[in-house]
Amino acid sequence: MTAQTDEAQAATVEFGRARLRKEDERLITGQTNWTDNIQLPGMLHIAFLRSPYAHARITSVDVSAARTEPGVIAAYAGADFAAEQGSLPCAWPVTPDIVIPAHPPMATEEVRYVGEAVACVVARDRYAAADALAAIEVDYEELPPVLDMRQAIQPDSPKVHETGNESFDFVFANGDMDAAFRDAPVVIERYYRQQRLIPAAMEPRAVVCSCVGGEFTLWSATQIPHVLRVMLALVTGIPEQNIRVIAPDVGGGFGSKLQVTAEEVLAMLITRKLGRPVKWTESRSEGNMTVHHGRDQWQTLRMAADRDGRIRGFEVDLLADMGAYLMLVTPGVPILGALMFPAIYKMDAYSFRCRGIFTTKMPTDAYRGAGRPEATFGVERMMDELAAELGLDPFEVRERNWIKHEEFPFTTIANLTYDSGNYEAATAKAKELFGYDELRKEQELRRASGDPVQLGIGVSTFTEMCGLAPSRVLGAFAYGAGGWEHASIRMLPTGKVEVVTGSSAHGQGHETAWSQIVADQLGVPFEDIRVLHGDTQISPKGMDTYGSRSLAVGGMALVSACDKVVEKSKVIAAGLLEASADDLEWTPGRFSVRGDPDKGVTIAEIALATFAAHNLPDGVEPSIDADATYDPDNFSFPHGTHLCATEVDTETGFVKIRSYVAVDDIGTVVNPMIVDGQVHGGLAQGIAQALYEEAVYDDAGNLITATLADYLIPSASDLPSYVTDRTESRAANRLGVKGVGEAGTIASTPAVVNAIVDALRPLGIADVAMPCTPERVWRAIQDARGADQASAAEQHAARQSDQTQGNSPQGVGTPDQTGGAA
Amino acid sequence: VIPAKFDYVRPGSVDEAIRALADGGDDAKVIAGGQSLLPLLRLRLAYPELLVDVGGIDELRGVRDSGDALIIGARTTHYQLVHDPLVAEHAGLLAQATSTVADPAIRHRGTLGGALAHGDPAGDLPAVILALDSTLIARGPNGERQIAAADFFVDYLTSALEPDEILTAIRIPKLGPGWGYRYEKFHRTAQSWATVGVAALVRRSNGSVAEARIGLTNMGTVPVRATAAEQAASGAEASRAALNEAAARADEGTEPPGDLHGAPDYRRHLARVLTGRALAAAAGV
Repeated sequence: MTAQTDEAQAATVEFGRARLRKEDERLITGQTNWTDNIQLPGMLHIAFLRSPYAHARITSVDVSAARTEPGVIAAYAGADFAAEQGSLPCAWPVTPDIVIPAHPPMATEEVRYVGEAVACVVARDRYAAADALAAIEVDYEELPPVLDMRQAIQPDSPKVHETGNESFDFVFANGDMDAAFRDAPVVIERYYRQQRLIPAAMEPRAVVCSCVGGEFTLWSATQIPHVLRVMLALVTGIPEQNIRVIAPDVGGGFGSKLQVTAEEVLAMLITRKLGRPVKWTESRSEGNMTVHHGRDQWQTLRMAADRDGRIRGFEVDLLADMGAYLMLVTPGVPILGALMFPAIYKMDAYSFRCRGIFTTKMPTDAYRGAGRPEATFGVERMMDELAAELGLDPFEVRERNWIKHEEFPFTTIANLTYDSGNYEAATAKAKELFGYDELRKEQELRRASGDPVQLGIGVSTFTEMCGLAPSRVLGAFAYGAGGWEHASIRMLPTGKVEVVTGSSAHGQGHETAWSQIVADQLGVPFEDIRVLHGDTQISPKGMDTYGSRSLAVGGMALVSACDKVVEKSKVIAAGLLEASADDLEWTPGRFSVRGDPDKGVTIAEIALATFAAHNLPDGVEPSIDADATYDPDNFSFPHGTHLCATEVDTETGFVKIRSYVAVDDIGTVVNPMIVDGQVHGGLAQGIAQALYEEAVYDDAGNLITATLADYLIPSASDLPSYVTDRTESRAANRLGVKGVGEAGTIASTPAVVNAIVDALRPLGIADVAMPCTPERVWRAIQDARGADQASAAEQHAARQSDQTQGNSPQGVGTPDQTGGAA
Repeated sequence: VIPAKFDYVRPGSVDEAIRALADGGDDAKVIAGGQSLLPLLRLRLAYPELLVDVGGIDELRGVRDSGDALIIGARTTHYQLVHDPLVAEHAGLLAQATSTVADPAIRHRGTLGGALAHGDPAGDLPAVILALDSTLIARGPNGERQIAAADFFVDYLTSALEPDEILTAIRIPKLGPGWGYRYEKFHRTAQSWATVGVAALVRRSNGSVAEARIGLTNMGTVPVRATAAEQAASGAEASRAALNEAAARADEGTEPPGDLHGAPDYRRHLARVLTGRALAAAAGV
């Protein structure tokens, strides 16, 4: 090989480089086209009047007075859209007999959660619109709210919908469960709460819609411009070819913008009614109420094991809160648990049941991890409980059950085939970085000395399935779309490259990572590549970004498109070099004649020659651009070992994370800095579930965590300095890549809670309900210490009197969460 | 996030501001840093028709040494208090407590006078001012008056200020030699309000505590002094055991609220634990 080609190669090894992100300057400074920054001539502003009741019949809505308020152009009630607004879609009917209630974007007859839109004002500015809401009169006839799933399933419960409170009952089973539990030496049963969470993307939702010449353009802070376009056409009846959806720069989503929202549909309908562009941007408190929520399950888990810790059977029974309606993938979220509860463990029998339950609360849907954090929490907590029951180290019991590295590919009892992994390697590295043995010694010392600050060590040896997904598998799960991804490469005459991706980023750094991949494949400089996305006119095909799918699916589509560019270039290069195509050799960036390496042509030269098209071989089209659509064969299965050390102040209940080690195996890595960022952010969100966040409704169904003063989100000051590292087992795709967007969130929640319980276990504490607030930790300690009767009675009285004031400090249903042993 | 309509004036002097307030009557409200008022406006929990912005009045700013006391202008920002050498020397408790308020962005805008006039019992500074035996200086159409901190906080979000009065300064007696201090703040996240806060001042003399003053944050509708614990601590031996014994009385006479961050009984418990820690730190034991 000549010096020239060596250089070309050296210059293009981008895979694995910690490149600073191309998109960050504009994102960090905000000097970009966030949806709310878009101003159109004559644009009007929408404000929504929202239900103050969790459940009520609407007896009348009078918007006439609002129409006469200053600056108001129009005001509408649900009835004004009744003929055209359709029903918000649910694309994931998980069982054949699932109940999917009609879900009008604006309520017409009944409201079923606080915050549901009942009317709106359209005005010249945002302030006038907000002011005029006060002039709308709505009469309600209150109906009983349904707030607790455990009561909602009782036959005498009030109903959310006429059809009842159960949406579906999904079951999966494999293996002989009776045999597994019969005479099992160890059976543990636990009851866990996955509290309801509120995704809090930095950018609130925002929509702008305009209609020119019959073509609607909808800008939205959405993760899914492509899916949204199809769904808007289906819901509104506006022909798909007349709808363009643009997701400009989007400031985070975490699943919350994987949705077709009432506000998007109504913005289109209002634009059509008025013939003028409109905008709506939510406030934070409006968003807390009406962005779809996440999690919210009761988990009844039973595990049968042998004395040596080997798992015989695992039985999972879930109640999953759907909220008032089924939104885009609401029912599918908990069902992902069916595949994930067995995690990395082998067992003889497994069963999964999930009932989807309606309540009069905001609907739930995907939130970072979507079904997998819930499952991972359940199984990783159970593994710790099993270890405690048997008096084993938590790693010991895991190792006795996990799939060994030489057993891959391995088909789990949930019928997933894990392509690769090495749990031993990740665990060994994590234990070393953590100083596991030293911390165990310190824990012993603190226990022995009765230190008021106890040390706990939490383990999570998680895996997840991501890279959603093989279309065939999605079809088998009754999902309403495929799981492919699309990419195009456009070679510009100057040798620069436009990469068009259907994987629309909302903060992940695709512009950088995609440039790195294409730079290597085509041998062009990183700087010469521009990535285009998020506009259905520029990138007409795509399945968008969620489920840690962009790289494993969208990245592979890129590689396929690059292959086609090289293939097409080869024919043209052969013509330019007057050689046979069979005699050409490709080193990224250049074709050369085999045996005569000085004779060659670069991809830039080919691009220019193709543009001129003066001199192309007969029958060759003047284009080396290419499209590719990639449908994966399998999910990808990142895994890792996370270790958390907590210091629990037994006097106040305060939990401090002293150290956190995350060793992740996400396959090969395109950009380690972006990966670290994903892991750090993911850990923050998983830790937040363990310690801080919970959507709390009062007894009337009002969301009392409507602001960020009550819905606590941790900041950097509250979090430890993470230690992150990686092991690498290649995924079975050409790049060897898995996903990383959700790994940190999925892994960390059980690591933290396991650490808290580990600190307190000598006191007889087997669980603390999430979020493990200082008060909950303190009460668990008080209860365990068996406070003397007088003081217990005093506490009880105090709690009772708080609750009568509507100030339940415990959140929903805590008394059941102390976690009983079998 | 969208306040209702209001008028806005930005007077250049205290007299002008008082006139503007008087003209505005009950519907006028003073705004300084805006860190407490703006959220109320945005959530439409307050509907003033006129905001009188005192942000342009320079005479309300700064820390002055008046001999036996510091005079702190009402619109001195939290950031300035944290970094002011006079405050550090003579009222260190105020600087330390102020450094725990919210986050840097808020500390750059928020003002001492604003935090006190807002009268939020969950705010850190009212209890600190109370423990420091400060005097609040207000000016209205009838001139200036001095209000003892103990009389200033009347009820939840309610101060002794008349609608046409402006809080102009806070007079804090200098702590003499022998005093130690500590603000113990217990909050769930760095940026959240105190579930409970304890401001403790201890004057040591030989091996014992000569005098103790304790202000409690978020243990009632107004900031309160833990009088029983103060009395128990005064004269006690300067030891952890003795101070903990005194601290066990910290919640006497309080009526703490119950909310998502803590039920009343938990707050009482926290008050006792934190008072023990604050006294120990203040006494240097």
